[in-house]
Amino acid sequence: MSKIRRTIKYESERDGTFAEEIMASPGCEDLLGCFQCGTCSGVCPLSIYMDHTPRQIIYLTRQGFKDEVLRSNTIWLCASCYACYVDCPKTVHITDVMYALKQRAIREGLYPSRFPIPVLAREFYKMVRGKGRLTETWLVVRLLLKTNIFKGFGMWRLGLGLLRTGRFSLAVESMKHPEELRRILDASPAQHGKKEVA
Amino acid sequence: MKFSYFPGCSLKGMGGAYETSLIAVMEALSVQLEELDDWNCCGATAYMSVDESKAFTLAARNLAIAEKKTDDLLAPCAACFLVLQKTQKYIKDYPEVGRVVRESLRAGGYDYAGSTRIRHPLDVIVNDIGLDTIKKTVKHPLKGLKIAPYYGCQVVRPYATFDHQDYPVTMDNLLKALGADVVHYPLKTKCCGGSLTGTLPEVGARLSNILIREAKRQGADLITTLCPLCFFNLDSYQDKMEGPEKITMPITYFTQLMGLAFGMPSSKLGLKRHIIPILPILKERQVAIA
Repeated sequence: MSKIRRTIKYESERDGTFAEEIMASPGCEDLLGCFQCGTCSGVCPLSIYMDHTPRQIIYLTRQGFKDEVLRSNTIWLCASCYACYVDCPKTVHITDVMYALKQRAIREGLYPSRFPIPVLAREFYKMVRGKGRLTETWLVVRLLLKTNIFKGFGMWRLGLGLLRTGRFSLAVESMKHPEELRRILDASPAQHGKKEVA
Repeated sequence: MKFSYFPGCSLKGMGGAYETSLIAVMEALSVQLEELDDWNCCGATAYMSVDESKAFTLAARNLAIAEKKTDDLLAPCAACFLVLQKTQKYIKDYPEVGRVVRESLRAGGYDYAGSTRIRHPLDVIVNDIGLDTIKKTVKHPLKGLKIAPYYGCQVVRPYATFDHQDYPVTMDNLLKALGADVVHYPLKTKCCGGSLTGTLPEVGARLSNILIREAKRQGADLITTLCPLCFFNLDSYQDKMEGPEKITMPITYFTQLMGLAFGMPSSKLGLKRHIIPILPILKERQVAIA
């Protein structure tokens, strides 16, 4: 038997403006309409791997438990399949809420430093800024360098398979004029007036 | 028929077989594809996780280039298709998003009015070209080949209007028109794990392996996909399959099957670019390979 864990939540853990801030993101405005039916958790193919189900994340967000929400693995496990989005009877765009939470967690640095999913997002972001396009092989290399390089050795079989089928290339994909894209991206204000993340 | 073509990064990378087979098939159906001039990455799911307004701006640059050309934009990759549609919709529905995006685009000399239409090749092939034309183009029907039609998430959800969001049938009808047998496949829009196969393989690979097991249970010879990431996940992680028996399942793009039925040479269809070889099952079912 494992020990009983603390399940009580305290008023002092709540951030009074958190829900409103999340609701300001496009697609998140119906957050308060959620009546906790659990359809999202039921249709989510990943909810069994999450530390909080999507339904719980919606409720915790609404109640302002910012730290608990932003430190949960749930927001990162969301693979953007939009199953909950289309099935929610109250039109809460849960996928958009998850994106708003991911953006916030990255901005506040609230994720384990070697946790691969946000690391991938940031490496992707930087690569697109540099070349305007993505080279999948280099993205994987950069991910491994920043998380667990030893994991790379376990991927030899996949690497060989890709090599054998002519799909392993280290040539870098790039736009002709990535500097034009950079100009546009720099003109776009960093979110909510905060400083640039990557 | 003419389209601006948005290949996206995957079709220029690991998903090369999708691009070559798509181009070959569209040519056979007299559809002209003109690659969008100096396109950029759509941002996929990763970019949106970092910064929202930059993510919309990034995708919108492609829409602005396409608008100048006035042709509809053809996006075969499921992630590109979704992101471009989402950007289009949010620019329209949220004036503040639209304002920020338009202002940023001006720094690159673009003026985006918001009129670009984004189409998926499956929709174009079945609903614009039509199954009658497809049937007339078929030279070698895929008789006896049992196929599990896998749509994945992002083509049918949440913005596409050409089919049902949980149980679509457009590709089923196309495969039948090619002469194939389509098996009942209840998991046809269940997520393959997306990029989780790369970040948390113990979770991601399990999701795609569930799809393979179910296809086997339904008696499928192969699974067909319309997304480069679904293809990669389903094809590449079968050695991570848990459970007592080892099963393998060849994976194809729907455009490769069209090419086969149209009697195109296999060199144009990238049939050797699969980790799980596809040729043995085609030979076993006596599918003619030109």
